Formats: sequence, C-alpha cells, structure tokens
Amino acid sequence: MGMTMVQKILARATGQPHVAVGDVVEPRVDLAMSHENGALVINQFVEIYKGTGKEARVWDPSKIAIIFDHRVPAESAKTATNQKKIRDFRTLQGITKFHDIRGDGGGICHQILPENGYVRPGAVVVGTDSHTTSHGALGAFSFGIGATEMASVWALGKILNVEVPGTIKVVVKGQFPPHVSPKDLILHLIGKISAEGANFKVIEFHGDAIRAMSTSGRLVICNMSVEAGATSGIVPPDEETLSYLREEAGVRENIEIICPDPDAAYDQVLVLDVSTLEPQVACPHTVDNVKPVGEVAGKRVQQIVIGSCTNGRLDDLEVAAGILRGRKVASGIRMLVFPASSRIYLEAIRKGYIADFVMAGAVVMNPGCGPCLGVHQGALADGDVALATTNRNFKGRMGNPNAEVYLCSPETAAASAITGAIADPRELSAGKAAAGAAKGGK
Amino acid sequence: MAKVILKLDSDISTDIIYPGRFMATVLPTETPQFAFADNTEFNRNLQDRKIPPGSVIVADKNFGCGSSREQAASCLKGHELTIIAKDFARIFMQNAINLGLKMVICPAIEADEGDEIIIEGGKVINKTRGKSFDIAPLPKARQAIIDAGGLIPYTRQKILQKFGT
Repeated sequence: MGMTMVQKILARATGQPHVAVGDVVEPRVDLAMSHENGALVINQFVEIYKGTGKEARVWDPSKIAIIFDHRVPAESAKTATNQKKIRDFRTLQGITKFHDIRGDGGGICHQILPENGYVRPGAVVVGTDSHTTSHGALGAFSFGIGATEMASVWALGKILNVEVPGTIKVVVKGQFPPHVSPKDLILHLIGKISAEGANFKVIEFHGDAIRAMSTSGRLVICNMSVEAGATSGIVPPDEETLSYLREEAGVRENIEIICPDPDAAYDQVLVLDVSTLEPQVACPHTVDNVKPVGEVAGKRVQQIVIGSCTNGRLDDLEVAAGILRGRKVASGIRMLVFPASSRIYLEAIRKGYIADFVMAGAVVMNPGCGPCLGVHQGALADGDVALATTNRNFKGRMGNPNAEVYLCSPETAAASAITGAIADPRELSAGKAAAGAAKGGK
Repeated sequence: MAKVILKLDSDISTDIIYPGRFMATVLPTETPQFAFADNTEFNRNLQDRKIPPGSVIVADKNFGCGSSREQAASCLKGHELTIIAKDFARIFMQNAINLGLKMVICPAIEADEGDEIIIEGGKVINKTRGKSFDIAPLPKARQAIIDAGGLIPYTRQKILQKFGT
C-alpha cells in the first residue's frame, strides 16, 4: 500500500521505509518555531534540565526560529520583559532565525517562515502556534504544539510519541469565479465538514484549482485547516512551490520534492467544485457557522480588519486597495489594515496600496497579529460587530466577549468597508453595492 | 466522589478557557487567576477557592479547540480540576497530558451541574443519575508521557538515557 504525504514525510524523518497510520513515531524536527510564547518555552526548557546535571543547550540553534508578532511593539511591561528574556536566551544559545521588532525583517511568523525560505517540501515543522498548519502550503508536515512540547523538542531535536495521522483527501476542481478566492474555499470546506470534521487528521489538497493556485492562496487554505480541527493542511509540492521558493524566498540549495504515492490510502475523499462557489462569511461565534455572503449582506458593522497570517499578504492588500482606490470607508466604520510582514508592507508602499488605504480612511498598522486575537490594538466595544479577514470568530476573540466577529475574504471586507455593512463584492464591482446594502440593511 | 461544577456545550475554545488578552501571562503559577475569565462568577468562585480540587467540568465535543496556548491547560491544572468531555481538540489534549491535567474522554457522558461523579474502572459513574458511561482510551502515543507524570519528567528521562546516566 502506498503512502500519503504525511506518511512519506514521517517515514523519511524517522529513517524508515514505511510508516502506517496509527504507528507511534519520533520524527526529527527540521524547524521549530515560537513567538512571544517562547518565554514559556524557555521556562519549561530550563525546568526539564533541572536535576540532570547537564547544561541546558538547545539541540541545534540553526533549526529554531523565533519571531515576535503577537504583541508588537510591546503593549505592556510584562510583554516587553518576556521579549527581553527571549532576546537574552537567543543570544546565549546562538539562535540565528530570530526576527525582532524591526521595519526591515519583522512580521507575522507564518509569513516570515515562508518568505525567508525557512520551510522546505518534506520538512517536519512544529510551532507553538495553532496556525503552524500554514506551512503545509509548501509541502511540509507542519503542525502546532504547546510550549512544553516545544521545550522537549528544543532539548531532543525530535518530537516524542507522534501517532501517524490519517488523511482526508480534498480534491478541488474548477476555476474560481471573479471575486471568489481561496478564503471562500476554505470557509466553505470548514462549514461543510464542521469545526471538528478533521480532528486528529491531515487534509491533503489536490485538484486543478489547487494546481492553479498561488502559494499565497495555498497558505490561506492550509492556515485555516486547523479550524476544521486538522493536525495540518498540506499541498503536494509542484512547479509553483519551486518557483515560490526560488524567486520569492531566495532558496539556492537543492530542493527535494516529496509527493504522495498514487495508491495512498485515504480515510475520506471529498470533491469540491469552486466554479459555482460564492463569497462566504463565517458568522459568530464558531468558524464553521458559514453562510454565502447573500444571507448576511446588509448586516451593519463597526470595524473592518484586513490582515493576519491568513490574509495579510501582498495579493490580499492589492485586491482590497483596488476596491478602495478613489472611494471612502463609510462614515462610522473603523477600518484597520495590517500587512503580514515588513517586506509586504514595503512592497505595498512601493505599489501605492498603502496610500490607497490611507486616503480611503483606513488606519494602516505595523505588521503583526494586531487585533486578531484581542491582545493588542483594535479591541471591540460592547455590542460592536467586526468583519475581518482573520481566522477565528470565537466569543471574546477580538478582546470583548460582548462583541461579534464575522470572517470573510479581503475582497468582501473591502467592499463592506465602503458600504458600512456586509456586502457582496460581486455587486460592488457591478456598481450596485450601495443599493445592495440599503436593500438588506436595517 | 466529585461534583460537576460546570456543564459546557461543544466547541469550547481556548479563548473561552483562557482569553487571549491575558496571554502575556505565561507561567503555570500565574495563569490560574484567568481561568474562564469571561465567566466572571465561575472565575470568582475558583479564585475564592469555593470550588474544591478534583471538581469536574463536563463538556460536549471538541473541548479546547483553537489556539495552542498552553495557558488553557495550565490554568485548569492550577485549580486541580478534572475535565470530562465527549472528545477533545488535539493540541489541548496534548497540552493537558503534557502538564498532567486530569482529563477523561467519555463519548456518551450525561451529567449536569451538581451531579456527583466517580471515575473508576474505565467508567464515569454518575451517582446522581445512577448511570455509568464508558471511558475511551487516550491516544496510545501519549501513555508513556502520562505514566512518567508529564512531558517534563519524560523528556528528562530521555536526556539522562542519552547521556547514559
């Protein structure tokens, strides 16, 4: 019997010809990523070595990445002190893949890793962040773990007691209609299989719509695979992957390509056709509460957020800026834009997108996680409704349990910013957005 | 015998267990103060020590979905609570096992707040209802970590083995 992507990667990472689903393995780790919660990892790492008589040294400082993104610049003395503790530790241990708070190299971990060429096809990547699933977009087996698990990885260079997961194969056919994007695809899939539909499994993406998709789009669908409970999303690498790694990420070394066997066994096969897909919106307070935009159009919002590890990339900013250019964010709406990395921010400045946002009335913030998880900037008031291109709408997510968060694509977010209510971007492009909002509004 | 002190629906996210705005607090000794912070009454009862150690939270499916934040497990561990759920989200389950938080997968559990519960012999016995429910085993890959008392002592053992001590 052939192997899925994740079986092949885990076989390679354990030096075995074959692993079966359910086998317990201890794969070596190629990249171990943390952000501000590295402070807790350090605490647990030191704890592990207590009483061993051994010096606490990380297994390989070149394979650890630390990126500050959750609270940048620090919102409190506590965060600033945690960041300082991490800086000191990284100097002591000689960790090289370190991205501090800087305008020339900072950003969100799930953008920093791919754009710097830190992730390769076939790699085992772990991160103390649930959206570490993102890096499956480049053909890696990449998943989120807790801080203590990471401390163990730092010590041993492998992850203990991993059960080889089963895989759901999702075949995506057809061509995206205008104004419909990978974000709409992944929201639709999560709505279809539910928030726990892929628990403890990997989602492997196939089909002509995936082959035609940019790496940026693949990062979106792998990023949000965790919202269906998946251990990871993964896209078999292809010409697009190679071209991204060579041209965008500047990788010069040899790149090995690992793909699933044609006779691999899957737990489930789902076939989707995007050619009839409509823009989708995830409604409060679960990510699987997904509806076509038409069913919620007209819902008044107070805050629009474009950014995050899901949709803060250059193509996301491009499409949103294109909609806002020469128009105005509706009165009474706070629109916040935060690019996913400083590289993207700079490119967006050069291309004029940032000027488009500012002139339309949006507030452009520094790259980082921003308001997505409610710890820093852009908190909601009691009773507020936010529409965001981020990845979670759990109660309290944007800092206030008495507020609501809806999730959508950058295009839907930008169209809605103009009308002041959730709007169908297809109607805006036809010049009917205002009428649409008036029709559905209160 | 332990009492069910909180009954919850499915898909209880880590943002509900430990809201993101408290994530700058990381140490297991400090996180318990923010357990279920947005459920102000329950949080106050925890902080005032009105809820005895060993008390039980019963939840439906997919408990702990969302973030990888380990605070969501350490804050419950700090109050020595037991979590019984129909099933758990992956990262939360691993964090709970790694930290030694007592958790039980019980796919058919029926219980309400105030019910008296005993966990023994592979079953959850609801004394109040006079019913018992089978416990599903935890993933086999995790058993060695549970047996060692958590991931920190387990990893420590591995380090000592590596150095032949």
